[in-house]
Amino acid sequence: MRPLVTAIALSLILVPPAAADSWSQVLDEARGQSVYWHAWAGDTRVNDYLEWVKRQVRDQHDIELVHVKIDDTGAAVSRVLAERSAGNHDDGSIDLIWLNGENFAAMKENDLLFGPFAERLPNFALTFPEHNPEVVTDFTLPTEGYESPWGKAQITFYYDADEVGDEPPRSMTQLLTWAEANPGRFTYPRLPDFLGSTFLKQALIALVDDSDALYEPVAQSDFEDVTAPLWEYLDALHPHLWRSGRQFPANGPELRRLMADGEVALAFTFNPAEPAAAVADFELPETTRSYVLDGGTLGNVHFVAIPFNSPRRAAAMVVADFLLSPEAQARKQDISVWGDPTVLDVTRLDAETRALFEQARDNPALLAPEALTETLPEPHPSWMTALQDAWQARYVGR
Amino acid sequence: MLRLAPWLIVILLVGPILAGLTMAVLPAFGYLPALGGHAFSLEPWRLLLAQPGLARSVGVSFASGLITTAISLTVVLLFLAGVSGSRLDRWIRRLVAPLLSIPHAAAAFGLAFLIAPSGLLSRLVSPGLTGWERPPDVLIVQDPWGLSLMAGLIIKEIPFLLLMCLAALPQLDPERRVAMARSLGYRPTTAWLKVVTPSLYPLIRLPVFAVIAYATSVVDVALILGPTLPPTLAVSILAWFNDPDLSRRFMASAGAVLQLGVTAAALIAWWCLERLVARLGRHWLARGGRGSGDSPLRLAGKGLIGLATFTAFAGIAGLALYSIAGFWRFPDALPQGLTAAHWLRALPALAGPVATTALIAIGATLIALALTLAALENEQRTGRQPAQGRLLSALTLLYLPLIVPQIAFLFGLVVVMESLGTRPTHALVIFGHLLFVLPYVFLSLAESYRRFDPRWSQLAVSLGASRNGAFWRVRLPLLLAPLLTAAAVGLAVSIGQYLPTLLLGAGRVPTVTTEAVSLAAGGNRRVIGVWAMVQSSLPLVGFIIAVGLPRLLWRNRRDMRGSP
Amino acid sequence: MSTGHRLVLDEVRITLAGSTLLELDAEIGPGEVFTVMGPSGSGKSTLLGYLAGFLSPAFQASGRILLDGHDIASLPAERRGIGLLFQDPLLFPHLSVAGNLRFGMPRAMPDKAARGETALAQVGLAGFGPRDPATLSGGQKARVALMRLLLSEPRAVLLDEPFSKLDRQLRHDMRRLVFDRLREAGLPSLLVTHDREDAEDAGGRVIELGQ
Repeated sequence: MRPLVTAIALSLILVPPAAADSWSQVLDEARGQSVYWHAWAGDTRVNDYLEWVKRQVRDQHDIELVHVKIDDTGAAVSRVLAERSAGNHDDGSIDLIWLNGENFAAMKENDLLFGPFAERLPNFALTFPEHNPEVVTDFTLPTEGYESPWGKAQITFYYDADEVGDEPPRSMTQLLTWAEANPGRFTYPRLPDFLGSTFLKQALIALVDDSDALYEPVAQSDFEDVTAPLWEYLDALHPHLWRSGRQFPANGPELRRLMADGEVALAFTFNPAEPAAAVADFELPETTRSYVLDGGTLGNVHFVAIPFNSPRRAAAMVVADFLLSPEAQARKQDISVWGDPTVLDVTRLDAETRALFEQARDNPALLAPEALTETLPEPHPSWMTALQDAWQARYVGR
Repeated sequence: MLRLAPWLIVILLVGPILAGLTMAVLPAFGYLPALGGHAFSLEPWRLLLAQPGLARSVGVSFASGLITTAISLTVVLLFLAGVSGSRLDRWIRRLVAPLLSIPHAAAAFGLAFLIAPSGLLSRLVSPGLTGWERPPDVLIVQDPWGLSLMAGLIIKEIPFLLLMCLAALPQLDPERRVAMARSLGYRPTTAWLKVVTPSLYPLIRLPVFAVIAYATSVVDVALILGPTLPPTLAVSILAWFNDPDLSRRFMASAGAVLQLGVTAAALIAWWCLERLVARLGRHWLARGGRGSGDSPLRLAGKGLIGLATFTAFAGIAGLALYSIAGFWRFPDALPQGLTAAHWLRALPALAGPVATTALIAIGATLIALALTLAALENEQRTGRQPAQGRLLSALTLLYLPLIVPQIAFLFGLVVVMESLGTRPTHALVIFGHLLFVLPYVFLSLAESYRRFDPRWSQLAVSLGASRNGAFWRVRLPLLLAPLLTAAAVGLAVSIGQYLPTLLLGAGRVPTVTTEAVSLAAGGNRRVIGVWAMVQSSLPLVGFIIAVGLPRLLWRNRRDMRGSP
Repeated sequence: MSTGHRLVLDEVRITLAGSTLLELDAEIGPGEVFTVMGPSGSGKSTLLGYLAGFLSPAFQASGRILLDGHDIASLPAERRGIGLLFQDPLLFPHLSVAGNLRFGMPRAMPDKAARGETALAQVGLAGFGPRDPATLSGGQKARVALMRLLLSEPRAVLLDEPFSKLDRQLRHDMRRLVFDRLREAGLPSLLVTHDREDAEDAGGRVIELGQ
């Protein structure tokens, strides 16, 4: 119970008394409610963690959390829309969505979100947003309290040292050279997959002279001009990819399966702990190693949001707050549980709470902690859509 | 009451489809006020036609519909021609059920793992025969021509068509026809093809159309085995519907209407092929060839159906092995170790979905059975039977949910349900499943019911039993075996449903199938293996009961075994 | 049982699509077997269907069917009191021999088990009650079918070529058994057949259709 007490103590210091009163009202209202949380369920480790969260909020807050397992977050967005189109404004079927980037942008633009609510969550203060702008910025868009941060992701490359050796490609240019020397041993997820899109953005940032334009809406720059070096790069890269670039995996997990089957030797993921976890699950060989590119890789924060027509907003907020608690964040970061980096500013927490986040680092497949310090911010979400369309127009149906 | 049954069935089947289609057509022409579409326009179509690779998507969908059906039907007919009248019949009958009960998604996963460059077959012969230390970089699964997709579909459509043929055959009395033709000097297989097929085809025509429609619009199999750049039309539509860019919904609706057109075009093309084959077939029949190529035909039938069956079971066996595999990397033929960890991990999560799946499947099947029995009994009592094989009969309506692509009307149906104020519940999902369970239950049972010797009921009534008494005390017990088979088919259909469960249940009604497909997104073959095993074994339980219960009940009644 | 019933067919006329298939006037007294002969297609079975209450809707029929003076033409089949004997014995395969006999007994009939046993003994099948009908020989099945019919206490009987599937020796014995029993029970019976020997053994009036 100590971490929880600490968390509450912290929140009492940071939140004005009036807010604390209103939060206790929220807690009262939330009691006995059910929360339907639509969350991507492609990973058993994530699902197992959510099971744990479910038990915790039942014991601590008398909330019945239901993990609605989806394979595409867009489908949840689509459902909220279908409900609004049917005139359902106050009895929606979704109370909480795990999302970020373009899904958030789409929902916010269409007024499908409830809020602002993030600042009302007592534990939100532990993220110290004034020092960590990424927890209130989602792909350059200010979240304005319409979503609450949950975890962090950063592009992490991994490879089979048995085949690749100790010198994996450390930049986009080296990657091309490596692919030419090792044909068919690398690939990336096809667009519009999230991870695949991120790979393109990573390449774009590395290849353009001035990346400032990427942090403004795409409409404000000459897309073709800016992206020309990217297409040149991809055209050169594709013939040396897995299946000669005629086929691509659907998503990150499928890319991981290709690694597991030995079909590729170099891959990347958004979860820095994923390779180590996959080794523990017998999926990847013990010779798997992780690293990030020189100069850093793209990273982002993922969030939870509440649809505008959720009938159980109070309970949804309590769940979002619980997810931010040091107890839940530390467990989530635990490599043996999920390994998703925390959004709390651990350096600013008191020593006792900080101790929760320390973990053993003896897994050779695990990334060195200092590797994650170099994080490139995500471009404006409009770039993602534009890149997806352009990639498809260029490579689909060939 | 009985008289209402046929109407109830028609309303239940046709109503939701028409409503759903309407809500697909309106947005396809720009009308969906909730999204700001207040005026009709052709903009969605313009966007749709500008999609990269659209022609390829359409082409693969169209071709896979025709090719899958043609190959499956040919294999089934060749096989039947080869074994007709022999003891093999009963053995095949027994094999059809478990084959049919393997859900499409599980069979597709199995096939994918079997034939992939790093798959089971390749592992078995590597590096010994091939010298491959690494999987060869060749494109097999998800090939751009949709060949692996078609193979996956063929594996599943063969047992379906075989079952339909086996159900229709007894009324044609094939043994006597073949005996007659053989007495005129025809070799057995040729005799069967010449004297049975022409009468059989009209009876299985609608199931064949259902196969075409399914193969042109399938989603789950195409996700696993289908091409990716671009995917098939149905998969693209699903992606557009789920796109967070909400304006794509209009385009997705236009895509749904296009899918309807593609399916219709495939059906029309097949219809033209029918004419052509009939014309050529008449020459072939009239020429009087007695069948010099009889043995190759028979061997081809046996060989191909054997290959399809073996592939399906080998794929499932591979998945079963993977569900208990420790580290298992190419080119090891077997895992380095076995572990129960994957099962132990999945077990706590299994109970809920298994219970939900059973509840929905049993609910939908019982309703479907009740409606089917009411309609068939009404048919018997009024003495009116719908004409078979004709396209424009009441029976066609029964096939509507099987011929209209799911993807074309389900999204619209969700909007309709929402506007009616229904909330996602088990009942709504059962209703959605009923759309697909009812036709299959009806089709499985109708033949036995209509062929049932009317003298049994006349006799019962002349002995003083009431009409209802004759139904409960004579007809139902005598038809127990086909009744249970129909129920097992209904259960299997319900258990395999993905899209209706997902959409109508809003994801809140998790079944084994929705869980399996969403976990499949994780690409972990061990987890997929566990869920595919569970998914396949549930319908099998139904078929085991369907076969075992009559044997147990009638163990002292010789004439009830293997009947009717 | 031996009070005797009387079946009168009063200007019975069956038509198919406007053309007359058959016309019949007959009065069948207690214990009498009235034989209708004719080749297939002459409408014999259609006539039975009409009398028993199973006429296919394709046919139209007129005329009265008087059983003991009451017109039963508009009654549903189960309330007409007309029993049927088919070519095949049609013993319900899911019931035992005794179960078959009990199926036909009126609900109010007392001592069903004992009556069934007695009936079986009368036709030389004592102790066959618990048997599976599938284990009986053709002749045994035919006898069970006859006793099932009689135990259902019909007021008239229709016979649809009941002997055509029996072999020659058995056929003669069965005819004797059936006709004796029907006569004993005082039941008016209508036999349709294309076998002249059936008609001769029946010993009643004979009319030929389709001439």
